[in-house]
Amino acid sequence: MAILTKEEAQSILKKVIGFSTADECIATLGGSEEGNIRYAGNAVSTAGAASTMSLGVSAVYGKKVGTATVNEFDDESLKKVVQRAEELAKLAPENPEYMPVLEPQTYDESPTFVEATASIDPMKRADMVGKSIAISKQQGLESAGFLNNNTGFRAMMNSKGLYAYNKSTNVSFSITIRNQEGTGSGYVSNSFNDVNKLDTGALSSVAAFKAKNSAGARAIEPGKYTVILEPLAASDLVSWILRGFDARSADEGRSFMSKKGGGTRLGEQLFDERITIYSDPTNPDLPSATWDGDGLPLKKTTWVEKGIVKNLAYSRYWAAQKGVQPLSSGGGGRGFGGGGGMVIQGGNSSLEDMIKSTERGILVTRFWYIRSVDPQSLLLTGLTRDGTFYIENGEIKFPIKNFRFNESPIIMLNNVEDLGKSERSGSIMIPPMKIRDFTFTSLSDAI
Amino acid sequence: MDRKDFIRASGLGLGACFLGNISTFAKVIEPEEALRKIDASKKKELADVALNEAKRQGGSYADVRIGRYLNQSIATREKRVQSMASTESYGIGIRVIADGCWGFAATDVMSKESIASTTALAIAIAKGNARFLKEPVQLAPQKGLGEQSWNTPIEKNPFAISVGEKVDLLLSANAAALDNGASFVNSNLFMINEQKYFASTDGSYIDQDIHRIWPNFTVTGIDRSSGKFETRDSLSAPMGMGYEYLSAGQPYTIDGVNLKLFKNRYDMVLDAKEAAKHVQEKISAKSITPGKYDLVLDPSNLGLTIHESTGHSTELDRVLGYEANYAGTSFLTLDKWKSGNFNFGSDLVNIVADRKQKGSLGAIGFDDEGVPSQQWDIISKGILVNYQTIRDQAHILGLKASQGCCYADSWDNIQFQRMPNVSLQANSQKRPVAALIKDVEKGIYILGRGSYSIDQQRYNFQFGGQLYYEISQGKIVGMLKDVAYQSNTQEFWNSMADVADKEDYRLFGTFFDGKGQPSQVSAVSHGSATARFNGVNVINTARNIG
Repeated sequence: MAILTKEEAQSILKKVIGFSTADECIATLGGSEEGNIRYAGNAVSTAGAASTMSLGVSAVYGKKVGTATVNEFDDESLKKVVQRAEELAKLAPENPEYMPVLEPQTYDESPTFVEATASIDPMKRADMVGKSIAISKQQGLESAGFLNNNTGFRAMMNSKGLYAYNKSTNVSFSITIRNQEGTGSGYVSNSFNDVNKLDTGALSSVAAFKAKNSAGARAIEPGKYTVILEPLAASDLVSWILRGFDARSADEGRSFMSKKGGGTRLGEQLFDERITIYSDPTNPDLPSATWDGDGLPLKKTTWVEKGIVKNLAYSRYWAAQKGVQPLSSGGGGRGFGGGGGMVIQGGNSSLEDMIKSTERGILVTRFWYIRSVDPQSLLLTGLTRDGTFYIENGEIKFPIKNFRFNESPIIMLNNVEDLGKSERSGSIMIPPMKIRDFTFTSLSDAI
Repeated sequence: MDRKDFIRASGLGLGACFLGNISTFAKVIEPEEALRKIDASKKKELADVALNEAKRQGGSYADVRIGRYLNQSIATREKRVQSMASTESYGIGIRVIADGCWGFAATDVMSKESIASTTALAIAIAKGNARFLKEPVQLAPQKGLGEQSWNTPIEKNPFAISVGEKVDLLLSANAAALDNGASFVNSNLFMINEQKYFASTDGSYIDQDIHRIWPNFTVTGIDRSSGKFETRDSLSAPMGMGYEYLSAGQPYTIDGVNLKLFKNRYDMVLDAKEAAKHVQEKISAKSITPGKYDLVLDPSNLGLTIHESTGHSTELDRVLGYEANYAGTSFLTLDKWKSGNFNFGSDLVNIVADRKQKGSLGAIGFDDEGVPSQQWDIISKGILVNYQTIRDQAHILGLKASQGCCYADSWDNIQFQRMPNVSLQANSQKRPVAALIKDVEKGIYILGRGSYSIDQQRYNFQFGGQLYYEISQGKIVGMLKDVAYQSNTQEFWNSMADVADKEDYRLFGTFFDGKGQPSQVSAVSHGSATARFNGVNVINTARNIG
């Protein structure tokens, strides 16, 4: 019973708000059902399932807030949790950054829930994994992968009558296929709201192809190269930029979005004019909830247009300090944490076109172990992994050994040569990218 | 009730926002509830329900973990508490072998009926997955130990200290940083208590009470005119200790080095004050000229390099390919170990795995398979001699028993191979750090945990730090910035030319080491004394984004 309908959740939350005598009250209810299979060496290693539901109540007196949670939902338990939150609120120190609850809002609909995904059972998971293992076995390769599906709901109500509800599904799949000798490795991963968009067999074939064709990698000198980043590789780096769109950090002078002498880079041309980034919770390929944790409606928002920073995210508190409208970060509560919910607009080229037009360059499947080296310039380091190839005169010539890079995605998005068509990669939409002067600093023997 | 009493009574956050940070199954509790213990006899009764049901249903082996995991965290910035939470997660995880295959299921409903049906589910999963097996699970023998107990030897239970006192400490550290010129400061305190009970069909009933603590901060300095900012993180280590770690003792100092360092006691206020001075010094410090340098690495920096290059590369599950899709595999393949002469490092390099070390994050009495804690060599005089194993891996190395490296981060996650404390042994001869620095002509002295990255087979790595000092002709001559060192594991450990003695030995720790799918965290310490590495490649990390 972890997934409640809009009406069922509303009925519980109404009771909770009804029990409250505080100045303000906010109640949140959420539940999820989750299942997974993990495999390695072409055999299932672990499998599990879990479900949970919980209620949180925040009672408010003035700027004093108390919060309590419960996972039992009979009337007596609901009364108790409200009382507990109220007792705590009365004794709490004032939170100087507390903002009063919002009036009721209207929210757009978003196709986050897909019945086919919600009805995945252990047999379906086993079948999907079976397809993947079969491809690996047929080709004499070794597969290790992870399949995970989740159905969840979130609802919130406050004492001013605001009510928000979202139900969503997600299925994620990742697979590493290696050859028996351990000299070649390929990887694919993706996630979708709709399981019908996930073809574990097709994705496994791509990983198998790369495992075979990345064997026998040659070493080439590190240095600056033109790179073609597949969508996964591009998202590995670009998602870091999106974490910098918080107005408060920029205003405080501790972000790459801060301006010399004070202020932010809002309105500045920070990237190549082909770069446009927006979030849209109703995008059918990347749907998400249309409200954030405060109950603010989420609408399509352009963050970067033709390379110019158009918006920064303002919490309700920081917006009030700065006299601007609050603007929630990220798409549908995905937040900027991993850059989720963002659409990086693409161009018209295909990956093949990009390779054809490259005189000398490197094709990158993905990056790995990426860490910030300097938050000021957003310099990142990490390595290529699971399929890195040398391109010469418009053709893939041979696999190459993995490189460590030291590069800032901000610099990278100023060195754009070409963009392909945007596609879903994990929790963002991003095109394959051709980038000049990408900095590789050393070689790795890792396969 | 005054404000401090409130904080002690509630232990709760100041807003609804933190609710999103509480893990699945965890519930918010009052701090006093953390002091309540569940009687071992009650847990034995529940465990026996699962063990008997597993046997009745044809399981050839079963183990049960009844876990009560308590977390308390406090986050502050400048003069304000951002969030506080005390949470508890309580439930039972049941692992069985049936038809030669593992099965696992978990529940937080602690009735006997629920435990029996969860056991049945674990058996069903084992039998269902048996068709995917290549060979049946082989468990290294572990004799039943009867009823046992073990506690982290703490002096002060952090959960018995009022939240108000902890908040005061963090805000005092913040004030010390702000008073000394910091622009911003964020500070945190994490406390963990694992009350876990293990029982197996081998006849072991083990009750353990494990504590870990981690105080930390980041001080930020802003130079508005240049638009530059610098940060300095705390030089504390997460420890397997109680609140006594935070009782200010004398800082640890090194001859000729003007720094306040810490060993078994951490003075957070003093460190915050020092950090505020360091960020200002960093803003105007000299940017490094890239090239080859001799590095002198303090344990607060070297610990993470040991963790990534030595700890992870010797995990047997990685070597065998079980982590191929996530954390990766390892360059230390079985043939290298079998050869008996694989040259991992110079003959000064002695790396020891240890689950007993007092004050360490990995110290336990017994692992999550009921195997007693132990100590063994991994690298001996530079040669790879061993890995880290659990019961179903020991036979692969020809071992007669597990090395006790099994761990799950919660009752609802399945236990698997995790890293013990992996530490570099200090010099057995007397060798002070000052003497070590004196021998360096052109070098960099690096302290603190900074940026870190290593490839999926643990060859190529790059590490930064918190503080960098130029060493010229045996003397520390000034602060540097924009430093990162890049090397290859085998090359790096072969370049180790000197190491200080046990007087300088300190623990580094990492609280949230991630591995597995779904991902689980574990906490582990890495001890070392200051060590010297010759001719390591150093890059300049400064960039201009306009």
